[in-house]
Amino acid sequence: MGHLRGKLLPPALAIVFSMLLCGVALIISGANPLRAFGVMVTQVGKGTTFIDIINSTGIYYIAALAVAIGFQMNLFNIGVEGQYRVAAVIAAVVGGSVALPPGIHTMVIIIVAAIAGAAWAAIPAILKVTRGVNEVISTIMMNGLAIGLSAYLIRQDIFGELRGNNIRTPEIPESGWMPGISFGGGGTMFGFLFVAIALGIGYWIMMNRTRFGFELRASGESSTAASAGGVNAKKMVLVSMLLSGAIAGLISLPELLGRDHTFSLNFTAGIGFSGIAIALLGRNHPGGIAFGALLWAFLDKSGLALDNVGVPREIVTIMQGSIVLSVVVAYEVVRRFELAAEQRRVGRELGTVPEVVA
Amino acid sequence: MISTLEEKPHIPAAPRKRKIPGWAVGMIGVAGAIALLSITSMQTGFPQLTSSGTTQTAVRLALPILLAGLGGLWAERAGVVNIGLEGMMIMGTWGAAWAGYQWGPWAALFAAVVFGALGGLLHAIATVTFGVNHIVSGVAINLLGAGITKYLSTLLFFPLSHNPRQSPPVAPFDTYSAGGLADWLGELEAGQRLFISDVAGILRGLVTGVSPLTMLTILLVPLSYYLLWRTRFGLRLRSVGENPYAADSLGVKVYFHKYVAVIVSGGLAGLGGAALVLNPGQLSYLEGQTGGRGFIGLAAMIFGNWRPGGLLGGAALFGYADGLQLRSGGDTVLALVYGVVILLAVIVVWQLIRQRWFSAAAAIVVAVLLYLLYISLDEIPGEFVSYAPHMVTLAVLAVASQRLRMPAADGLVYRRG
Repeated sequence: MGHLRGKLLPPALAIVFSMLLCGVALIISGANPLRAFGVMVTQVGKGTTFIDIINSTGIYYIAALAVAIGFQMNLFNIGVEGQYRVAAVIAAVVGGSVALPPGIHTMVIIIVAAIAGAAWAAIPAILKVTRGVNEVISTIMMNGLAIGLSAYLIRQDIFGELRGNNIRTPEIPESGWMPGISFGGGGTMFGFLFVAIALGIGYWIMMNRTRFGFELRASGESSTAASAGGVNAKKMVLVSMLLSGAIAGLISLPELLGRDHTFSLNFTAGIGFSGIAIALLGRNHPGGIAFGALLWAFLDKSGLALDNVGVPREIVTIMQGSIVLSVVVAYEVVRRFELAAEQRRVGRELGTVPEVVA
Repeated sequence: MISTLEEKPHIPAAPRKRKIPGWAVGMIGVAGAIALLSITSMQTGFPQLTSSGTTQTAVRLALPILLAGLGGLWAERAGVVNIGLEGMMIMGTWGAAWAGYQWGPWAALFAAVVFGALGGLLHAIATVTFGVNHIVSGVAINLLGAGITKYLSTLLFFPLSHNPRQSPPVAPFDTYSAGGLADWLGELEAGQRLFISDVAGILRGLVTGVSPLTMLTILLVPLSYYLLWRTRFGLRLRSVGENPYAADSLGVKVYFHKYVAVIVSGGLAGLGGAALVLNPGQLSYLEGQTGGRGFIGLAAMIFGNWRPGGLLGGAALFGYADGLQLRSGGDTVLALVYGVVILLAVIVVWQLIRQRWFSAAAAIVVAVLLYLLYISLDEIPGEFVSYAPHMVTLAVLAVASQRLRMPAADGLVYRRG
């Protein structure tokens, strides 16, 4: 019970705290916070909002899984952002230029995206294991390069074509699409969401039931203890980074296969950074991440409804940022508190430390 | 921020006796760079490489990078990794625009520093007091900085500028030019004589259209050096970044020094934001204006091996590549590739003299590849030129990461015992 409380209390506190913070901000800017929060909740049932939220939950879920694999061993893959961008443009180009039977076409696009993401992640991974370059800086640099590369690849004289006012890659033929589940007026759910769920289950099995997952978590807990136990640190870095990149490559596929069928300049950016926040929120646990992704998607979509009642939608971004910051602080405070309690308990049981006289 | 995988207990080698002082190395570097550029511009026929216009643009573009880099330097010297520079810079751009359109450029600078420092304070509270992982806190601050500024600009700028992404125009600084000197240099530059015209062009760019902010920023480099390396306060601040436990045992207030360092870091990043807003070509807040320059500042700092002089070199290099692209386009940037080939040729000769066969061979291979690139392309695509800093940083890290030396306790969470 106390175990569960230690896990659930921090996010709950963080959400309440950031709601209070944003409430104050709303009052200062002359809006009614209760009305704003009310609109955020009631908008869920309207139109396609519910399905939209579910759809972006799936996208955020994949992103956060990609980040979480690295986080499990204290490897900060800040580069998910760049990996999924590069994977998206390459998958769109390949998918739009080959003709294959349905099913196989989709599979090819998925595999190409995963390989492209892994390849983009391989550069910082190789730099880290051969040259000792810190992955945070190298992945940040790779993110910048990814923007340049994707802009270059969709140029008209390379792979892009001009449609209306928008430059984009050739459209993927229908054989490469992934059908969704239609809810009539309620919107269409991406079929790729099932892949996201499968990824979550696979992630859980890998972390908890395989040797690789054990070694990954052991490296995260203590790299020295892990290497003393025979874990090859370099191999772990390389494999987890490639795996993280491969999953990152899949982030854009729900939209690419289920709705857009092309990569254009309107491409959704910033999901990689949201993924980092969600992985932190969910503490790298597949269930926690699902909750975090749902919260993130809900906040994202409520921005539109807030605009309608005259509240700038950016309050949502502030709320997201403050939730992340306060949740990491709350986890840290609870961890210290539990550590102190543990030390007291051990001290009592061993009888070595006398009770502190208050 | 460079971590080696194996934590081997190694004895630090005795510091090599420097035969030449640091400032002399810097002067030789500058002279070498100018010589390289002038040879390149002669060989490739692009006088723009060293024209005064390019230099002027380069200076303007280097300022925000330099300021962000200084911010990174302060924080990391005290052992706090500051990925949040980008977010603090965004806060600075908003603050500068908000105060700038109402009360003029000096108020803009002040507000930018205050807003950036607020971001720094937040980072310090999270990382120093609560011991949150530095990278995590930085990522959160980047999110938060972008959110707050968007919210505030919708709220306060939209009614005035009718664009939620842009602020009303900000009054610029008066700029100063060294009149007679600039004219004389202009005549020399127009003469198109090898080296002399190039030096004149660069100097003319440096003394034309100088704003108070430029002077202030340039002054901040030696000032930071003086404060961090030549005062008691600086010694304590750096000791906190090298070994906080030892510093604590000697009575240094570790938390206090970390707080000061990170708040100053935020203030400098905010000032970098002001430099973007007060750029004569811009003169307003624009959403997404920073464009990752906080990260590039961090890259410049790493390029400069966590030292102010090297940081200045890195910022100048990145600003120059950016300025060249903006002024003259991708074909002149391609000429720079030619310059790199010449540089590599010099390195090869040097490595052969020192009998380092492997490095020499590697340099030859890279030089040949770059030369093939140079003769096969007409221009470097514009999409990539903006990301030259990223590529240079990756290359520097890949080649020299073993020789860079960051503060020993950089990025580690310290808790008072």
